[in-house]
Formats: sequence, structure tokens, C-alpha cells
Amino acid sequence: MNNLFSQFWPYTIDGLSLGAIYALVALGYTMVYGVLRLINFAHSEIFMIGTFAALGTLHLIGMPANVGGFALVGLVLLLAVAGGVASGGSAVILEYVAYRPLRRRGASRLAALISAIGASLFLQQLFARLVIPKAFGLPKEKGALPVQGHFAHKSDVIHIGSFELSNDKLIVIVGAVLMMIALDMFVNRTKLGRGIRATAQDPETAVLMGVNIDRIVTATFALGGAMAGVAAALYMLRFEETRFDVGFLLGIKAFTAAVLGGIGNLRGALVGGIVLGLIEMYGAAVFGSQWQDVVAFSVLVLVLMFRPTGLLGESLQQARA
Amino acid sequence: MNDSTNTNPLTRMRGGYTSFSDSIHDRWATAPRWARWVVYLLLIVLAIALPADGIGSFMSPYTDWPTLLFFPIGGYILLAIGLNVVVGQAGMLDLGYVAFFAIGGYGMAVFGTKYGWSFWEILVVGVLLSALSGILLGAPTLRLRGDYLAIVTLGFGEIVRKTANNWNYIGGPNGIGGIPHPPTLTEWTIPDNGLFDAIGIGGVQPFKYGALDGKPYYYLMLVLIILAIVFVKRLEASRVGRAWASIREDEDAAELMGVPTFKFKLAAFAIGAAIGGAGGVMYASQAVSIIPTNFPFILSATILAAVVLGGSGNLPGVILGAFLVAWIPERIRGLQEYRVLVFGAVLVILMIFRPEGLLPSRRRKAELAEGEGGMGSMGAEVGGPVTVGAGEGVE
Repeated sequence: MNNLFSQFWPYTIDGLSLGAIYALVALGYTMVYGVLRLINFAHSEIFMIGTFAALGTLHLIGMPANVGGFALVGLVLLLAVAGGVASGGSAVILEYVAYRPLRRRGASRLAALISAIGASLFLQQLFARLVIPKAFGLPKEKGALPVQGHFAHKSDVIHIGSFELSNDKLIVIVGAVLMMIALDMFVNRTKLGRGIRATAQDPETAVLMGVNIDRIVTATFALGGAMAGVAAALYMLRFEETRFDVGFLLGIKAFTAAVLGGIGNLRGALVGGIVLGLIEMYGAAVFGSQWQDVVAFSVLVLVLMFRPTGLLGESLQQARA
Repeated sequence: MNDSTNTNPLTRMRGGYTSFSDSIHDRWATAPRWARWVVYLLLIVLAIALPADGIGSFMSPYTDWPTLLFFPIGGYILLAIGLNVVVGQAGMLDLGYVAFFAIGGYGMAVFGTKYGWSFWEILVVGVLLSALSGILLGAPTLRLRGDYLAIVTLGFGEIVRKTANNWNYIGGPNGIGGIPHPPTLTEWTIPDNGLFDAIGIGGVQPFKYGALDGKPYYYLMLVLIILAIVFVKRLEASRVGRAWASIREDEDAAELMGVPTFKFKLAAFAIGAAIGGAGGVMYASQAVSIIPTNFPFILSATILAAVVLGGSGNLPGVILGAFLVAWIPERIRGLQEYRVLVFGAVLVILMIFRPEGLLPSRRRKAELAEGEGGMGSMGAEVGGPVTVGAGEGVE
């Protein structure tokens, strides 16, 4: 307990930056769920692909070291674009290969979930066995090890009393919030966004009104994937290493965040992500870091007992997603 | 798009398969009682003869076949039967089923090593313990529906594994070693002659549980599986089974018709958990040592895949699914590091071609055909056969 009070600000900042990454990944889950009522289990692998796209970009530009200041902001922007394109693209391909055929046959959601689990296993192993060893010149058996990429020069930008904010965490938090706002505006202001909302609300009527469902689904996966890709770039900035199963626990946490905030609800994903990040860090401070996952899931169970549809509720249709 | 025409060979193949399995279904439904018993007996004899070397050399050229038959194959089948009660019959999505398997396993380990109880006592206690934990998890959370329940159960699975990992009393990350085997009942050996030799079980000591021979464990698992099948089958045909079906189809309607939904959901959870716990006790008693990583999330996912792959709600289908899910990765061990990769791809492909499972339950199929089945369909109204045309037309 003392630990928490004496180190309150560091834990809070860590929680916020972790929560921001959860929130960005949670968006992908929540959007796909809103439109298709499907838990896209392979979304964690979409995130993993983003981290490797970012890492590959770093290798391509000759692995810069100790980048600081505005150069770092520019570099992260580049990584975010690379991650976003790679993740968005693979999400679209994933939908085309693993979900669309099932959707056409009117398969049950459970069948789609199994297909998603299969795709998730396939992508993880594809990277562990083939892509990582080949692309990063590692011996084959090293495919399962963490791959590192140190590039940022981390320094404190704000320093007031015990409140210290380092540049990487600032970029993570600000970047995530900017992406959230952009997505929220996209979904609420554009024609495509209106299509997404209409489909989430009532797919049958949306089709009758001339909405092209297939295009909407593709756009949903592309947007959700791109968000995961940006999250992946921010993750690389924050933790500087990745591995083939990096998405697994993070994916579960992000999905938890989506449920915590109210699945299908874009703003719920933000709230859920931040809350989950903070709870985890405070839980680690009080009970020790080995219990942080247990604390996070226990809080989820508690919250759902009292608010069975999450903190903000499920109201995706009401002009939210 | 290319599979929406009837001339496509794949579509025809699928149609042929479906009508084949339907005709078997019809035969079975009208078969007289004695014919069914003959089939049951034949299946049991087949199961008893299954560990024979001749079968093993084809089925599993890379690992010891009887041990493989015990776990993963037998273990997965037992777990799938248990999960099928929750998912297939009561229609609740459980993503943390491995938790009950772990509780059974750790029950065996703790009572066996720290208190010196025997396997048979622990089997009873472990089953009760798992059922109790199912009730403890279910009581506060079964108000939740669908995917909320799924994520809570997933969280429960992770909590159990992490707790095992962090709790030093049960060994932390090192787990527990030296778990006793079941006590040997009798040294009796199957006579090594004629008939028994012909089906490949001559010279086996079926009740001597040692470290080397996997066959006695397999037979024990077989007994447990048969008991579970009989138990679940009887439940399915009873008032409880009908209550589960009504909950699966429409919970609100069931509640309005006077079905105490909460009570029956809790019962499904407890029964599923009990069967999972029995599997865990068995597993730990053979494995000698268990560690928290024996109980990963992916095991829950695999068992769920077995249930859905085989045909959720239909017991023969579920057993077939569990067998395939356990056996395929072992059979393709020759592919070594690529086997999980291939397994993932196989799951996707099978789901694309048989989304209703290999041997779907007829009742479920009829429900799905109506449009909105118990679990609904993915984007139900979006991609169903009826509206595909509309979706395409706008393109």
C-alpha cells in the first residue's frame, strides 16, 4: 500500500500509457463486434504484425539509435504509418479469407470464433517459424525469442515534484488520444462512418437502404486493424521489443478493456482501456506485479456483476460506433 | 461468390456428405433396441482393441500410441463431453474451461502429495471441488449473457492459472512433482492367447497403473468417458435437457414459460466443471508432475474447437471432433515445427466448409436454418443465404 502512495505518479503515468495502448487495440475488437457480433480473436495477431512492421521499418532505415526530441516524434509517425498499413492490410485479408466465406453461408458465430482461433494460431506460427527467422536473419530456433529494437532516447520532458513524464510515455498517450478523436470523427462525420453505424444498428435495414455490407465490413476491419497497427508502433516505442506471441496477453487485455467499457461502444473502449491500465498498475503497486493480471480480471468480473453491459453500456447504435 | 452456384464441385461434395450423414441419422432413429445395443457393444470392443500395436503404428508413428490415447485423445474427448454440456446443450460460451481441468489436476496433486490420499478418494473429491468452483464462478456471473459471459470465463481461466503460478504452497511456477499413480487394483493379466491376442490385448495388465504402460490409464479413461456419455445422454433426454434446450433457444421465453433459467444454467456449469475436474484428476495421476503452463488458455480454445468442429450439441460429433483435434497435431508430428501452423489452417478450412460441424445435431441444424439459432448467426441478417443477393447487388 505504501508503495502506491509514495510512487503514485509513476504508477499513474505507466497505467495511462499502458491503458492508451489497450484502448487503441480495443477499438478493433469493439468495431468488429459492433458490426458483425464477432469476437475477432485473430486481432491480437494483427497487432503482432504491426509490431513487426514497425521493427522491420527500423531495420530498413538502418536502426537509428538514441533518437530524441522532435526527430523521435517524426520517427514514431513513420512507424505508425508502417504499422497501420501492415495491420490494416492484414486485417482485410484475414476477413476475406477466414470470415467472409462463413458469413456467406450464414454460419453460426461459434464457427466464426473457431475460424478466428485457427487463424490466430496460424499467424502466430507463421511468424515464429518463417517470417521472423527469415526477415531478421535469426537462426530458425530463435523465432520464438523476443526481438529487440532500441531507438528512442528516453528523457523526462515534464518534471514537477514527484510527477515525471518521459517523452516516450507522452507520445504514447497523446498519440493514442489523437487517433481516438480521429476515429470518432470519422465514424460520426463521414458517409462511410454512417454506413458502419447503420450496419451496427440494423444490418437488414442498412442493406435495404443501399449500404454495401461487404464494403462496410472491409472498412471496419481496415480501420480496426490500422488502429492496432498504430498501437503496435506506440508499443514498440514504449517497450522496444516484440515476439511472435506478443499479441496474446495484450489481445486478451484489450478485449477485456472493450468489454469493461461496453463492447461495441467506441468511447467505451477508451474508458475501458484507461481504467484497465490504471487498475493493473495500481494492483501491481499494492499486491506486487505478479498479481497484476489477476487483479485486472477480478475487477472485470466485479464490474460486470454490477454493470452487466460494461461501464458505458452497449449503445453502439446510438451515434457512437 | 464462386461457391454460390450449385454446379461447383465443392458444393456438390458438401451436399453428398450431408445427405450421407442424414441417411445414417434416419437409420439410427428407426433402428430397434437390440440393433443399437449391438452397435454399442461393437464400439466398446473397438475401443478396447484400439491401443493395439497394429493400429498404433499407423495412427501414431511418432509417439507411444496407448499414452497418446490416454492424453491428449481420451482427455480431450472427456473434456469435450463436459464442455458440450455448457456450450452445446445450455448454449453458454465458456472460454475458460481449462480452469476446471486445472482445479482437478491440482486437487489430485495437492491431496496426493501433501495428504497421501489415494487416487480413488481424490477422484471423488476433485470432481466435487471442480463442481463447487463451477458454482462459485457461475453464481455471480451467470446473469451475464453471451459474449460477456465468455470474457468472464476467459478471465477466470487466467486467474486460476496465474494464481497457481504465484502461490508457493502449490509450487508456484515449478508446479508439483511426485504425484502418486492410482493404486494397482490387481496384477491380473489378460491371457495371452487366441481371441485376446487377435484383438491385440493379450498380455496386458489392465489394472496395474505403472509409469511405463499407457494402456491401463487408457482403459480407466475409457470407463470414465463411457460413464460421462451415459450420464450426459440421460440428462439430455430428461427434463433438465429440455430446459437447457429452451434456454439455448430463447432465454427470455424460457423464463416466461416458467423454466428457472438461472438454476439450470448453474447446473450446466457445475456438471461441465465436474467432468472437466475428473479429466484433470486423471491427467495429473498419470503425468506425475504438473506445472501451471500445462493449463494454458489455448487448451480451452482447443477443446472449444473440438466441440464446434464435431458439431456442437451432438455427442458423437463432439467425440469425433475431440479425437481429430487431439490426433491431427500428433499424426503430423513429422512436420515438426510446422504442425501448429498446419493445425491452425486446418481449423479455418474445416470451418469454411462445414461451419455447422462435421456431425451436426439435427435439432441445432433445424434451428440454424430458421435464421436465428440459439447463438444467433454471425451478422445474422447480413450474410445469410437469403440476403447475400441483396448485399452483392449493391456492389
